[in-house]
Amino acid sequence: MSKRSIVPFGPQHPVLPEPIHLDLVLEDEKVVEAIPSIGFVHRGLEKLVEKKEFTEYVYVAERICGICSFMHGMGYCQAVENIMGIRIPERAEYLRTLWAELSRIHSHLLWLGLLADAFGFESLFMHCWKLREQILDIFEATTGGRVIFSVCKIGGVRKDIDQDTLKGIVTVLDKMQKELKELTDVFIEDYSVKHRLVGVGVLSKQEAHDVGAVGPMMRASGIAQDMRMLGYAAYKYLDFEPVVETDGDCYARTLVRIREIYQSMDLIRQCAARMPEGEIEEKFKGMPAGERYERLEQPRGEVIYYVKANGTKFLDRVRVRTPTFANVPALLKVLQGCDLADVPMMVLTIDPCISCTER
Amino acid sequence: MTVMRFAGYIIKNLFQKPATNLYPVKNQKCFDRTRGHVAIDIDACIFCGMCSRKCPTGAIGVDRNQKRWDIERLKCIQCSCCVEVCPKKCLSMENAYTAPSRGSVKDVFHARVPDNQPDR
Amino acid sequence: MVDKQTITEVQVDELVDKAVLMKGQGYRLVQISCTYKERFEITYSFDKDYELVHYRIYAGRDEEILSISQIFFSAFLYENEMKDLFGVRIKNIAIDYEGGLYRVAKKTPFAPQDKEEEEAKNV
Repeated sequence: MSKRSIVPFGPQHPVLPEPIHLDLVLEDEKVVEAIPSIGFVHRGLEKLVEKKEFTEYVYVAERICGICSFMHGMGYCQAVENIMGIRIPERAEYLRTLWAELSRIHSHLLWLGLLADAFGFESLFMHCWKLREQILDIFEATTGGRVIFSVCKIGGVRKDIDQDTLKGIVTVLDKMQKELKELTDVFIEDYSVKHRLVGVGVLSKQEAHDVGAVGPMMRASGIAQDMRMLGYAAYKYLDFEPVVETDGDCYARTLVRIREIYQSMDLIRQCAARMPEGEIEEKFKGMPAGERYERLEQPRGEVIYYVKANGTKFLDRVRVRTPTFANVPALLKVLQGCDLADVPMMVLTIDPCISCTER
Repeated sequence: MTVMRFAGYIIKNLFQKPATNLYPVKNQKCFDRTRGHVAIDIDACIFCGMCSRKCPTGAIGVDRNQKRWDIERLKCIQCSCCVEVCPKKCLSMENAYTAPSRGSVKDVFHARVPDNQPDR
Repeated sequence: MVDKQTITEVQVDELVDKAVLMKGQGYRLVQISCTYKERFEITYSFDKDYELVHYRIYAGRDEEILSISQIFFSAFLYENEMKDLFGVRIKNIAIDYEGGLYRVAKKTPFAPQDKEEEEAKNV
């Protein structure tokens, strides 16, 4: 008869990127269940909507998270624009898509580095982040900031990119593709990396549907859904398919994210080739009234913005349901039955962004 | 089965110079559009107060009677709202970042008062 | 570009029937959100093949609502969050953390304030 012991995991842990607390109930090195506890970085951003006007709230929405910052701003702007019935110019849609896909590349590269760090491969972690610096330089050259861009506003975007810079971006990406191929070959084929990832944390297709997983977790288990197919921003003009794998283990999720990096590079090339001339913003008058649910595809999955407006300059309610929040039940399911040494791998495989989860 | 695939990089890295920059000892490279800090041409300012009203964090303070414009450097989020809304275009965004410091840093600018008072 | 979305209002006791219907048709639970404006407005969103369906219930401050986490397992997290932040009374949640999920300094910070303010004024 083995004894059960409870091991607290987090909030301070060398492998965790952000603070989450899990109480792991162990039976002899196998995890039986996990009890989560969040609230370490809760800033009450949803209550700030009573004090900031709806045009100023974009800056708050951008700062919900540092990694997916641009898409939060874009989602909020799209929700308010749909409530007010504003149609933004085509060039602004293409520019937003370009920055969104660059955000996706940098987020996945960051995640690959953290995954390598989680199983102790520190030099691979440093190399991934060195490649990521080239993308951050593109951000600084086009928007002025490396992490928080402040470039989205209601009615369009605030800065333009001229034709030479666009060609420069495509050249940087072409050069990076070769270095990226060598890097991702290490993840896909190296023996020690595969040993830690294959067969670990399996989530079958039916379980993924029942437990409500979103994003790469869902796509690695065989469900082909990608919110970019809804056709917001400039995605309706571009050609792509959702990236799907069927195995459902950690290795499949890594493959999905690596393939999404290459897919994003292809989307950026299509954007740069098809971008039309024109205005970058649309002036508007009046106050929003009504409510709207807006869905976007962030690097981590499907995010929902609920905005409720009542006709004054202060909004009634803004609620963000982030993908990490939806993946927590999937995490609790995947943790059951795994070894204690694999727990950091599982926590990282859902790509946790706790500051998004707690706002 | 490939083993030690990454070994080539590691050996190459031993003979290259470091990829990181010793900031703040050495200067960080910046681009034209880098948003570092807000600068003002105080002689052109008319003290209308639009920048103070538009600032999302409330970092700017404007006093019309004393002809004084001040900014709380560590509250500023470098969003460029004040730069866009200024009617006289006397605000601009410079490239250098504010140096790190302990405690709040407030920069105060006074407009120059003319030496000869007009005859009443 | 506006996609198809429908918001339907249902009564509190019809909620569980609607949830069973959605599960049978293969929908997945997307989110549960809560707003307070004179009474709680709780919206349940379901999705299948990129089409969103919302069901909204209106509940008073002290009204008890039955949980749907026995049908949709992932609902337990949203319902625990609503309990911790807004003070909504939900019964029979599959895994109930009893206030332990969100570590905040003040209990139910988003809950309506008027009762406590009145008591503070009277003191």
